Amino acid sequence: MLLALLVMAVVAAALAAPLVLRWARTNHAVIRQRRIDRAAIAPPQMGYDPGRERRAEQRARQLLRSCVNEEEWAMYRDLGFLRVHGRTPGTRSTAAARRAPGYAYLVYPHKPIVAYVPEDGRLLSEYCVQFPDLHGEGSTRLPASDDVLAKWMALTSDESRVIGRANMHLVGRQLDPARVRRDLWRLSEWERRRGADSSVEASSQ
Amino acid sequence: MKPGHGEVLLTEGDPQLAEDEERLVEEFRRQLDDGMWAAVPTENAGSGRREALMVRDYSDIPPRAERVIFFPRAAGG
Repeated sequence: MLLALLVMAVVAAALAAPLVLRWARTNHAVIRQRRIDRAAIAPPQMGYDPGRERRAEQRARQLLRSCVNEEEWAMYRDLGFLRVHGRTPGTRSTAAARRAPGYAYLVYPHKPIVAYVPEDGRLLSEYCVQFPDLHGEGSTRLPASDDVLAKWMALTSDESRVIGRANMHLVGRQLDPARVRRDLWRLSEWERRRGADSSVEASSQ
Repeated sequence: MKPGHGEVLLTEGDPQLAEDEERLVEEFRRQLDDGMWAAVPTENAGSGRREALMVRDYSDIPPRAERVIFFPRAAGG
């Protein structure tokens, strides 16, 4: 009886062996694939320094501050964007209106430049422009304040060149028009408060 | 300006000294050959407004310029 059971167990094991072997192979392949997938999703970041980007941004803010005037720096610090007046004179009827540029830009970090009409706040277009790393080593984006400074330098020195290289779209493709209008309102409020503060300072002196 | 680093000092010197100027010219050309744009922050004499001056040649740099900033050229986003 015992011998018969033993023989049956050996036969059963012999029959089951190919199935167990196939299951083990499949399981091993699945585990291996999972490992590869995991590695692809989160590549190892050798030498990554989490503080480097922050230090770069601090340096970029200092550089921006040293280039723009005091009002522009305060605008960027308080509101998070810069306004740059257009360089092309207006085409309107009066001499004063012709001298004044009929449009201006809002410059955001890592977002399109928005052209608008300061007189009535009408949004004209958004210009998608980037300053990508040419060599593709590590990070490909400038720090936020460097991106703003690059746009500021390009617009104030050679407006047509940077606008010519940008992809132009109607406002709304990347930026929410409601948000841009809110930023224009914030800007006007900021200027009103700043004007009031400076007049108070002037009268107290 | 360098992605991931921010401002990086490339070289410095007194352009009045021949040896320094040679080094400055060499670095200027190297940056432009690498495809960078160069700008000098200035102040408009008439309006007093701060602005930048894009320079394409070493001789375009104003004599009183304290620095030249190199940044990646613009591309459509």
